[in-house]
Amino acid sequence: MSSVNYGSKRIVTGAGYGFCDWLAQRVTAVLMALFTVVLLAQVIFTSGPIGYEEWAGIFASQWMKVLTFTVIIALLYHVWVGMRDIWMDYIKPLALRLALHVFTLVWLIGCAGWSVQALWRL
Amino acid sequence: MTELVRKRPEFRNINALKDLPSYRLPVAGIVSILHRISGFLMFLLMPLIIWMFDNSITSEISFAKLSAAFGIGIGFVPGWFFKLLALALIWAYLHHFIAGVRHIYMDAFHAVTKEFGKSSAVATLVLSLGLTAVLGAKLFGLY
Repeated sequence: MSSVNYGSKRIVTGAGYGFCDWLAQRVTAVLMALFTVVLLAQVIFTSGPIGYEEWAGIFASQWMKVLTFTVIIALLYHVWVGMRDIWMDYIKPLALRLALHVFTLVWLIGCAGWSVQALWRL
Repeated sequence: MTELVRKRPEFRNINALKDLPSYRLPVAGIVSILHRISGFLMFLLMPLIIWMFDNSITSEISFAKLSAAFGIGIGFVPGWFFKLLALALIWAYLHHFIAGVRHIYMDAFHAVTKEFGKSSAVATLVLSLGLTAVLGAKLFGLY
């Protein structure tokens, strides 16, 4: 690793200094795991078959909407770190990697926007 | 180290076509690469996941259409194909989740011996594949 990391030697595609993202993946993972348990519990403890009313009803309450929204944002960052690691490991050419990073971000932000829209239409 | 220990094969400049197929990956290695693959798969199928979520909560009609998609299909896509995609997502989520919990457990409790790596990897595969089989059977109407 060169000791010069400013100016034209600054790496624009990379993990920066690593620790923040490593921790963020774990924190977001724990949050999403808790959300999974919360959602699963609501599904399991619904007596009778789950039709539209029961299912949409789960996401209708304000607290569930806020929790789901937080999880969507958490997922966004979690996936970004994961995908960036994949590109960094396998794609050597800088231009291609940068393009894939941009594609990944557009994909993820679009997905996040769509899911928030669906959530708040309720 | 005694002289009887065989010299371990070294892998430099790994050639995807020559070395990867002949390399014996330990169980922990299999869990690890599947963790990455399952994550990538979910990334690719994200629009599908959101499409299902959207249709499931928007209205009675869209909910019914989504349910029908798994039966008779939508357009030219047959129902069993949607079920297959759902099964892939179920496996991907279960494996990624359980392997992720294993990661965090090893981080938090410093459980980093080779033995634990092996036993926890086996447990991960058994649990994730087992649950996938159970949920898959339910999905395909086997019970």
